[in-house]
Amino acid sequence: MDLKDRLTELKAKALSEIDTVEDLKKINEIRVNLLGKKGPITEVLRGMKDLSKEERPVVGSLANKVRDELTEAITQRREKLEIIKTARKLEKEKIDVTLPGVPVKAGQPHIIMQVIDQLEKLFLGMGYQVVDGPEVEEDHYNFEMMNLPKDHPARDMQDTFYITEQILMRTQTSPVQARTMEKHDFTKGPLKMISPGKVYRRDTDDATHSHQFHQVEGLVIDKHITMADLKGTLQIIARTVFGDEREIRLRPSYFPFTEPSVEVDVSCFKCEGKGCAVCKHTGWIEVLGAGMVHPNVLTMAGVDSEIYGGFAFGLGPDRFAMLKYGVDDIREFYLNDVRFLSQFAQKG
Amino acid sequence: MKVSTKWLKDYIDLDINPEELAEKIERTAVEVDSVSRLDKKLKKIVVGFTVEVRKHPESDHLNICKVDVGEDDLLQIVCGAPNIAANKKVIVALPNSRIAGNVKIKRSKMRGEVSEGMICSLQEIGFSDSVVPKAYADGIYFLPDNAKPGEPVYSYLGMDEDIIDLDVTPNRADMLSMRGTAHELAAIYDKKVNLKKPELKEDSTDNVSNYIQVTADKELAPTYLLRVIKDVHVKESPMWLQKRLWNAGIRPMNNVVDVTNYILLDYGQPLHSFDYQKIAGKRIEVRLAKPGETLQTLDEEERELLSSDIVIADNNGPIALAGTMGGLNSGISANSQIIALEAAVFNSSAIRKTARKHNLHSEAAMRFERGINRETVAEALDMAAQLIAELGNGEVVSGFAVGAQANVQSVVVTITAKKINDVLGTGLQDAEIKDIFERLGFGVEEKAGAFKVSVPARRWDISIPADLIEEVARIYGYDNLPATLPSGELTPGKYTYKQQVIRDTRSILEESGLMQAISYGLTSDKKAQRFMMEDAQPTKLDFPMSSDRTTIRMNLISGLLDDVAYNNARKVSDVMLYEQGRVFYRDANSDRPREVEHVAAAMTGLYSAQSWHDEKKQIDFYVAKGIVEHLLTKLGVTGISYEASQRHEEMHPGRTADIFVGNLFIGFIGEVHPNISKEYGIGRTYVFELDLQKIIDFNNELIVYQPVSKYPVITRDVALAVSKDIENADIINFIKAQSGKILSKVQLFDVYEGAKIGIEQKSLAYELTYSDSSKTLADDVVNADFEKVMSKLKEKFNVEIR
Ligand SMILES: [Zn+2]
Repeated sequence: MDLKDRLTELKAKALSEIDTVEDLKKINEIRVNLLGKKGPITEVLRGMKDLSKEERPVVGSLANKVRDELTEAITQRREKLEIIKTARKLEKEKIDVTLPGVPVKAGQPHIIMQVIDQLEKLFLGMGYQVVDGPEVEEDHYNFEMMNLPKDHPARDMQDTFYITEQILMRTQTSPVQARTMEKHDFTKGPLKMISPGKVYRRDTDDATHSHQFHQVEGLVIDKHITMADLKGTLQIIARTVFGDEREIRLRPSYFPFTEPSVEVDVSCFKCEGKGCAVCKHTGWIEVLGAGMVHPNVLTMAGVDSEIYGGFAFGLGPDRFAMLKYGVDDIREFYLNDVRFLSQFAQKG
Repeated sequence: MKVSTKWLKDYIDLDINPEELAEKIERTAVEVDSVSRLDKKLKKIVVGFTVEVRKHPESDHLNICKVDVGEDDLLQIVCGAPNIAANKKVIVALPNSRIAGNVKIKRSKMRGEVSEGMICSLQEIGFSDSVVPKAYADGIYFLPDNAKPGEPVYSYLGMDEDIIDLDVTPNRADMLSMRGTAHELAAIYDKKVNLKKPELKEDSTDNVSNYIQVTADKELAPTYLLRVIKDVHVKESPMWLQKRLWNAGIRPMNNVVDVTNYILLDYGQPLHSFDYQKIAGKRIEVRLAKPGETLQTLDEEERELLSSDIVIADNNGPIALAGTMGGLNSGISANSQIIALEAAVFNSSAIRKTARKHNLHSEAAMRFERGINRETVAEALDMAAQLIAELGNGEVVSGFAVGAQANVQSVVVTITAKKINDVLGTGLQDAEIKDIFERLGFGVEEKAGAFKVSVPARRWDISIPADLIEEVARIYGYDNLPATLPSGELTPGKYTYKQQVIRDTRSILEESGLMQAISYGLTSDKKAQRFMMEDAQPTKLDFPMSSDRTTIRMNLISGLLDDVAYNNARKVSDVMLYEQGRVFYRDANSDRPREVEHVAAAMTGLYSAQSWHDEKKQIDFYVAKGIVEHLLTKLGVTGISYEASQRHEEMHPGRTADIFVGNLFIGFIGEVHPNISKEYGIGRTYVFELDLQKIIDFNNELIVYQPVSKYPVITRDVALAVSKDIENADIINFIKAQSGKILSKVQLFDVYEGAKIGIEQKSLAYELTYSDSSKTLADDVVNADFEKVMSKLKEKFNVEIR
């Protein structure tokens, strides 16, 4: 058999062997056997020394061609086997994706704090500052500066925890406003503030009363502040907390530190105003008190009430949270039952 | 104030359904508590006439009555009331009727006798105990003789009147009267009021000076008037008067007392009637009580009088507490014949004090406290005197006895249309504003947009321009105000640094797995003074409500342990709570405490539960410490050290550390002492409390940027066998101190105690990291440094390097 025939035969046999091999190790063996220094192709090439000058390049080129073809076939077969091998391996690594994930340990703000945070964000965005003040206050700031002299009948509206005759647990956060007004330099611009915080009343704790609760009070003092500005501001509060569809209405009321004074109702978010248990079938829910700052309050704080005026409002985050989430017992807020607190995981 | 719409119609022409009226009042004047009608849910309750009453043969307290209810046949009704009698007009609930409380009455048998319905007391058809006349308190009610059998009882009893209950704010004392309310509605609906004036007939042959002399201190009683009505027969009042009283929530008594109450409701003017014959010395003085004086008031209470109490006194001493309650002795009885009737204005703050000190919050006191209409004191007195004379067949003696009589003038307030519009944000015309003032019944003069408004005395709440602005706003209607936002100079809205640190602290702890708790700031004296971080005095309430809430907290942990106990008691054993809030430290020489921001946490139970994926992880000291470390790192606090501490008696002495920044104590962490846990009934609990104010005072930049080295680091691991009493911090500090600058980090990665190493020893394994930000480190440089430190460690701590 001449060398050309041997090469052709060798090629056919090798190709069939490559095509049927199933093992990556084997294909490596085949490569070494076929193309290695002791392999049949090398042998053919070695035998070329016996050929004529004319035949040598022909056989040589054929031998190279066969070697290239076989090399290519082996590479392709190997790639194919590697793909299969990977696929088998991945198949073995399959897991049950329906098993539960590892829980992430995360706490959250108290529900009342969530309400306060929401309001703070709103008012910071409108250029208000957040101002803190003492919880143990002087009668002077808590009452007298709020236009509530010692034997004013309206003092009955708030039962007070006194510490001494002059020192008390603040019953409202408005003393913070009095303190801030006193210090504010109005030549440097208007005063726009909210004062969030804890307040205390001498009340027996029950489902709707708590001796400790929270308030957020707001105050704006400038040269041209109108009651219409108050109404617009209250509308924004109502819509931020209770939803964009809410309407508000103002009703006359009485607070010694504002004149005019109003109660603010928001249209019921449960029944859209049709009437339900939450709104006591009126379609409206009382949510906060507000008014135009009483001239006496300005004067006592050293602000010229002929030039400056403004509005104030006060709301209760506890009540907001009760309304919004249907909590029917205010004491829940201060018992800190983990099963209660964890229901209010914050949304965004 | 319970307002009957029927009574209102005497004074103002209103044809509006009561719900609509209530809504209008609420939107324009004061809040409305309720709109009600006593007959609302009742059915088939009629007038009956007891034709015959005989004893039930089988019972000693029941009677069998034959009752005419306007039908052909008499009804047989068994009745258990003690005052049942024949020939009386009674209230009958027919078979299949409905009485109060939605109770249905059916034909029944009582001890063998058929009972076709029920004869009712006033309470059974919905009257409150507090208004039922004493004579009928324990039995059935007798209707007037002219009541027609078979007719519904409602109109005879005033049960068909709509009652609007007003929740009057302290400023609107004018609406504590029917006349004041009529004025208000006239303004709201732009109507005129039609108020009756008294038509007094006096006995001109007899003068009050023949009866009595009165003196009054003007400071105590700016106005004090007295009239005398003689030959009065004290008896039951006519139905029209009784109905008005009980519909307003007042119990009818007799024709004299009822008239004073009626005038109280009508004018808002409290009156007091004395039995003239009981006044010693025919002399009355209005003065302050003297030391040691006492008075038995109408409620039969013997009261020690205070030197701040205004009293009405005769020659023998006090006979009434002015404006709050009369004396029992001088009160009207069935035998009274001559009535001395008082109408006055008393000093409101004195009345307020008396009402508060004696806990006597009467209808009269409330009106004196809030302010009454000084213009109508005499008119109300005349009206009352005339009515008592009419109802008691008596005669009014001519003239007043005057102790004091203040001159009443309208208050004049000036305001401009511009001011009103500037404050309200409106564009009201002069004429519109003038119209509103006129509707309110105010006198008004207008000149080029400037108003001179004279306010009648009934509206004592109005004295400055802002008060007039409120009147304009509410009558104009708050719904008609535009809604805008403050314009004017822009202001930046931004947290202060302190506020930002507090809020960051909260979110760092929340991301560490802690839930925010808000506990009570007031606690018991004992709990307030536990877990203290500095010496301070407690701040106590003067007059606490309960022994659980007497003192303001000086630590946050106590409150958190209350929370843990609440959870543990409800089988919630895994609790991780934190609280951010203030503690209140008082210095011995100060009444007011310093308020210091703290943050604390309490953790108990499992940090994470056993799952298919992980072993359960118990909360322990190091879980808690990890959270503190994370918090302080995030807040940019550096130079922190933890030192074992036994100085907190509420803490486990072997598992507590004080936390320092440099030399400054900022808080502590550890396990709650088992005695305390036992007291609370809670499991092993780990707590920490930090003085957040001190951290704020460091004024750290919250994030410090460190450039990342371009060169690789080299690490060396070493395990050291050391004596058990040597602390990790000792080793780490020593390594840091002895190493060259190339040492960038030392980290403990294993602790071993056990048999392999001997009971006196423990093994601590560290990884030392070396780096140089300017060049690649050579191995031999690192080795030299490492070996040097190791040999020093051996010398210092006698460690064995393993
Ligand atoms: Zn509703």
